[in-house]
Amino acid sequence: MIELDNVAYSYGGGELLSGITFGLQPGSFHFLTGPSGAGKTTFLKLCYGALIATSGEVRLFDQDVRSMTRDDVAMTRRRVGVVHQDVQFLDHLPLADNVALPLTVSGRGALDEAANLKELLNWVGLNHRADALPPELSGGERQRAALARAVIMSPDIILADEPTGNIDWEMSQRLLRLLVELNKMGKTIMIATHDLALIRAAKTQVQARVLRIANRQLQLAGADL
Amino acid sequence: MKMLKLRPSEILSMLMGDPQADRVVPPTGFTARLTLFSAGVMAFLAVFAMALSMASGRLAQRWGDELARSATLRISAPQEQRAAQTEAALRVLETTTGVASARALTSEEQRALLTPWFGPDVPVDSLPIPQLIEITEDDQGYDAAGLRLRLSAEVPGAVLDDHTRWRRPLVNAASKLRLLGWLSIALIFAAMAAMITLAANAALAANAQVIAVLRLVGARDTYIAQAFVRRFTLRALAGALAGMALAMLAVALLPSAQDQASFLTGLSFAGWTWLSPLIIPLIAAVVAFVATQAAARKTLKGLR
Repeated sequence: MIELDNVAYSYGGGELLSGITFGLQPGSFHFLTGPSGAGKTTFLKLCYGALIATSGEVRLFDQDVRSMTRDDVAMTRRRVGVVHQDVQFLDHLPLADNVALPLTVSGRGALDEAANLKELLNWVGLNHRADALPPELSGGERQRAALARAVIMSPDIILADEPTGNIDWEMSQRLLRLLVELNKMGKTIMIATHDLALIRAAKTQVQARVLRIANRQLQLAGADL
Repeated sequence: MKMLKLRPSEILSMLMGDPQADRVVPPTGFTARLTLFSAGVMAFLAVFAMALSMASGRLAQRWGDELARSATLRISAPQEQRAAQTEAALRVLETTTGVASARALTSEEQRALLTPWFGPDVPVDSLPIPQLIEITEDDQGYDAAGLRLRLSAEVPGAVLDDHTRWRRPLVNAASKLRLLGWLSIALIFAAMAAMITLAANAALAANAQVIAVLRLVGARDTYIAQAFVRRFTLRALAGALAGMALAMLAVALLPSAQDQASFLTGLSFAGWTWLSPLIIPLIAAVVAFVATQAAARKTLKGLR
């Protein structure tokens, strides 16, 4: 689904990632960990086409990112749900409209999906907040709303960048359970986090693999966590 | 440019609008009003520039037409020689190529010409007024310098008053005025394009987060650009319509040109030209469309 072949990425200063070869298998559950600044966010951005590798090849759904047009990138985004740590919404629209935004921009009437939307909001426990504006939401509510928005198009892959970075432990657990449920429904999940407790908690619920970025390389971490 | 590849159906659907798409960009009261206002002012000015151009065009044409084919020969000779010199002058004129006809004005006609200055009761006959001969040119025209030479030899008292001498600079001036008017219209629209580009850039910058979010959830560039382009196009159209309506009202209220003052033709529209300002809001909308489209494309290209 997502394949990286000998990929390197450097910012102006120097190389951040180099020689990364990796393939994301359908239905897998991965954690991506490593020290702050190691390149977790960069790695995820390479995975959804927000950055283009300095060298090597990244293929999203069998298409080389470098040869993708801007519209191709937009179409790919509809198949990859992304959740950021500092998730952004359209602050002037109520939560329900924000969650339905991917449907709106892809020309699928939000009206036809009203039942789905309600069910989805229920699932993330935000039904009672449907009319709230994003700035009125708490950190946990924002993360769950972001997850709802990321999955409303029923994407094949969900990439989450520090989804629990701003929320308390209990809320983290709740978000993790939602992600595990999605994985059980067949979605491919990758979560970047440096919260080892979260990884340990996940391992009791799902067969998760842990990738570690260190010294510009991506390694499969042992089962010793 | 890429934006010009839009199909008519896309433009139509853009103008019809997608209420959902409109909502993704937050309403911005202040820039909206500024854009409306500036488009209105520009349209107002454009209508006047247009009226000026058309009026000076009419003026140039009228002066050109009325004066182009006529000249006057004035014979100021002592009373007793006047008839003989008139005869001689007419003979000269008849044999001049380029002169279609020459006719000595009757004393009644001369008196009619002088009435406005002397009043009807003055005995014009007893005054030593010169004899006038009206010359009408044919299409080729005559050689004024050559005619003057021949006249000076044969009719010493004749003075050829060729209207071209004072007509040409006036027609020239009127044509230049018309050109200036059209140039002003072009400049007004250029300024409108610049202003709308600035406003659109400001709106795009202010909505960077909106654009990033839309991009992240899979919106295509066309969708994002449309939300802005539609808004600015409609604003420019509405503003320009209002400005045009006000300007046309103002032009209509101008005092109309009287016959006596036809020299200074009215700065107004005549007949069908009253319809011509209607094109101004359309041009304003097109200018806004192109300017916003370009600004949006440029901004979007900067992010993936």
